[in-house]
Amino acid sequence: MEHPYIPNAVPEVKASMLAATGAADIEEFYADIPESLRLRRPLDLPPPLRGEAELVRHVGGLLDRNTSTRDALSFLGGGCYAHHVPAVCDEVNSRSEFLTAYAGEPYEDHGRFQALWEYQSLMGELLEMDVVNVPVYDGFQATATALRMAARITGRGRVALATPIDPDLRSKLDDYLKGAVTLGGPVDGDDLAAVYIGYPTFLGVVDPRIPSHVEAAHAAGGLAVVGCDPIGLGVLAPPSSFGADIVCGDIQSLGMHPQYGGGHAGFIATRDEERFVEEFPSRLFGLVPTTVDGEYGFGDVAYERTSFARREQGKEWVGTAAALWGITAGVYLALMGPTGMRELGEGLMARCRHLKDLLAGIDGIEIPDAGLPHLKEFVVTFTGRTVAEVNAALRERGIFGGHDLSEDFPHLGRSALYCVTELHTKADLDRLAAELKEVLA
Amino acid sequence: MTGEIAPKPPLRRYHAARWDEPLLFELSQPGQRGILPPALEPGLAADAADELPAALRRERPAALPELAQNAVLRHYLRLSQENLGADLNIDIGQGTCTMKYSPKVNDRLVAGHKLAALHPRQDDETAQGVLEILWRLERMLAEISGMDRVSLQPGAGSAAIWTNVAMIRAYHESRGEGHRDQVITTIFSHPSNAACAKTAGYEVITLYPDADGYPDLDALKAAVSDRTAALLITNPEDTGIFNPRIAEFVEAVHAVGGLACYDQANANGVLGITRARDAGFDLCHFNLHKTFSTPHACGGPAAGACGVSAELVPFLPRPTVEFDGERYFLDDDRPESVGKVRPFTGVAPNLVRAYSWIASLGAEGLREVAEIAVLNNNYLMTQMLKIRGISAPYAKGRRRIEQVRYSWEELAEETGVHSEDLGHRAADYGVHYWTSHHPYVVPEPATLEPTESYSKRDLDEYVAIMNAVAEEAYADPETVRTAPHRSSVHLNKEETLDDAGAWAVTWRAYRRKNAER
Ligand SMILES: Cc1ncc(COP(=O)(O)O)c(C=O)c1O
Repeated sequence: MEHPYIPNAVPEVKASMLAATGAADIEEFYADIPESLRLRRPLDLPPPLRGEAELVRHVGGLLDRNTSTRDALSFLGGGCYAHHVPAVCDEVNSRSEFLTAYAGEPYEDHGRFQALWEYQSLMGELLEMDVVNVPVYDGFQATATALRMAARITGRGRVALATPIDPDLRSKLDDYLKGAVTLGGPVDGDDLAAVYIGYPTFLGVVDPRIPSHVEAAHAAGGLAVVGCDPIGLGVLAPPSSFGADIVCGDIQSLGMHPQYGGGHAGFIATRDEERFVEEFPSRLFGLVPTTVDGEYGFGDVAYERTSFARREQGKEWVGTAAALWGITAGVYLALMGPTGMRELGEGLMARCRHLKDLLAGIDGIEIPDAGLPHLKEFVVTFTGRTVAEVNAALRERGIFGGHDLSEDFPHLGRSALYCVTELHTKADLDRLAAELKEVLA
Repeated sequence: MTGEIAPKPPLRRYHAARWDEPLLFELSQPGQRGILPPALEPGLAADAADELPAALRRERPAALPELAQNAVLRHYLRLSQENLGADLNIDIGQGTCTMKYSPKVNDRLVAGHKLAALHPRQDDETAQGVLEILWRLERMLAEISGMDRVSLQPGAGSAAIWTNVAMIRAYHESRGEGHRDQVITTIFSHPSNAACAKTAGYEVITLYPDADGYPDLDALKAAVSDRTAALLITNPEDTGIFNPRIAEFVEAVHAVGGLACYDQANANGVLGITRARDAGFDLCHFNLHKTFSTPHACGGPAAGACGVSAELVPFLPRPTVEFDGERYFLDDDRPESVGKVRPFTGVAPNLVRAYSWIASLGAEGLREVAEIAVLNNNYLMTQMLKIRGISAPYAKGRRRIEQVRYSWEELAEETGVHSEDLGHRAADYGVHYWTSHHPYVVPEPATLEPTESYSKRDLDEYVAIMNAVAEEAYADPETVRTAPHRSSVHLNKEETLDDAGAWAVTWRAYRRKNAER
């Protein structure tokens, strides 16, 4: 079957290659597979769409049934964000050289090593920390690993949760940490490996008590692990400034489209101390000289830590993860610079403030934490209607309301998590308020 | 005078881009801007950040570089040119990793806002298109593996192995058999099998090959007991030799109440030929970034898919994608689930790419993929084995499936040049080459996997390059040992990478440690 993706399917080529191997037919190569294991019927799959145009019509047609956050006015967040993606980010990450390369060796893939080392370095400046890893899969994995690292570093087995966390993250942690770390309890005690603090919390609050949680953990001989969305760090203090030992989170905000959950990548950052560095499972690229003066070379720092080097003797495991998003986040931070990050943070807080004020003035709505600072997300409580009802009504008006917290956070009542980004204009925020007023009337 | 051009020499006169590019930080010019965030409109409080308590307000701006937009673009495009993507080379030197062609049309399909700007918390009603694709892809992979259901949530192959281990643990616990504390794997299975099992709390037992290169069945029979939770195994293993007694391995584990889990990260040579379930496996996983063509992206984002038999379905990560005959929806109400292994429902763009790839080939096309991948591999082996100093250990004279683990032991003994050096020199010819996973059970290893994507001409060129490099190792070993010479950079001086006082993971650490110089 000749197909554009299979050059050697051409019969004459096939025949000449078979002849070179001395095999009578392709079946001969499968001689080791016992007959009892052979599938002697064609797979039951839909007939192929061999032409590119047919494929585009079919897959494109299916995707067109989606209503995107470009089609609607969306206030969804909760771990995935529709921030602006600079065109240069998409340009760089769609380059064939980066998009189609394997994880690479330092010589023929010098570019990716430098780009990822620069990503580590840019994140290092944003976080004011000296060690940042090549990205792991996502913020959940980064958090789970950061907590296991804390347990290994301290030789203790419990992590206290100082702030409300995403129930999905909790689900990941419950299974991932099983047998290694228990979650919960006070920020105290000689079994305390670490306190985990969301900054902002899952409910959007920049909690003024955060530094005191860090102090309490340190007083008990534990570490402070701070989870943060780095997008806010142009205005928010870097967690290292109030004593965080390990900082972790997701970099999706830094130049990745939401992609229905496909844009995630996780970071872990620590101080440059051997007892921290030796506990990373992930790759850490390092800058080294080469045999030519003035040339930059890159390689793996402390590779013997990894499961690539030592299988089950390594720390957790390492594999293909989310390198291209690391490169992209580097491009993003290089474009934004210090001023861009500050302006962006101020813009998020300003829009958040405006929307909080607008919604707080509507009958049937309460903003439980109105007095606390928020970066880009906050909880909205409906005193009359359910979130499901409100969201259904908004959807009819072309708006995606905040995501429903009612089941996961019953103590908050009928609540939803609303998110703004720098892409919301004042008119967008005013429109949401006006529609909500009507819906709730 | 004639305008005739001389024929090309037998080997390409390649030279990598060598931009001698500075670090971003060295390009900084204070005051330059790469992009401007949207302006604050009148009526929005410019001073909202003043609400932050002093301790949580950033005092000094982050020391990020300041660059104009084209300076950022140029820097990264130069770095991209110093990187050798699969689109640009005969990328068969990373055996086990299935560097096949990733169709461009699939990249285009996922770049539009109908997927890129889709938020994972949207109501299912507004995401029917992508949900239908996920549902269909699950059905396809279930048919290809013979399994009952497939989770598309894991972010890559190792994450899928982890997910399978998590399901194995949950399965035994649900049956009151949490005492099973051992997992068995083989040395020629990917290191993540051993490492994930260990992370989940299991003691790992590793089987070594017998004289023919097969994992040792007697050793397995001696290792299994009522402590066995599972066998994690690959077939063919990294050697490319199919283990004909695989069903006996599965039976031996089943006999003691353990589960059998098949690492099918790379199933390229057996699509439509043989299926995991038919050999009795309870779980398996595919790397969609290998067998199913999604791009490797310098090391992810990727995607993994876990297939399970009916008994393990309750433990699948949540949510699953369901169809009630009219609409597609996410089902989060799965009380025995291992829960979330990553946020939301998986790496959606790669799931759409994998779906598109399968849809463009169908059953007959997948079978052709497998057969040509295997033909290419056996052809390549025939040609590679003509090179001086190389061998293919184990199963002498037998065929291989989709890859071969070669050994340069003889060349190394005769020349002092190592497999790794050959790789450095191969970079001078514009191809990728990798040794193999540690430990080097096969001495001086190299693993080649040609997939279905490369033409005979491509394979011949790769062989010619490796032949030239090997001949050079005999004639002029110093040139090989000091390679690369025509790459973007020269040999690293790597001593500081393992020295905590000197390693430099970031620019700030480098400056601090080298300040006094
Ligand atoms: C057989 C096998 N299993 C698992 C993996 C791990 O996959 P990933 O790199 O996506 O984590 C690989 C990839 O190298 C592999 O070849």
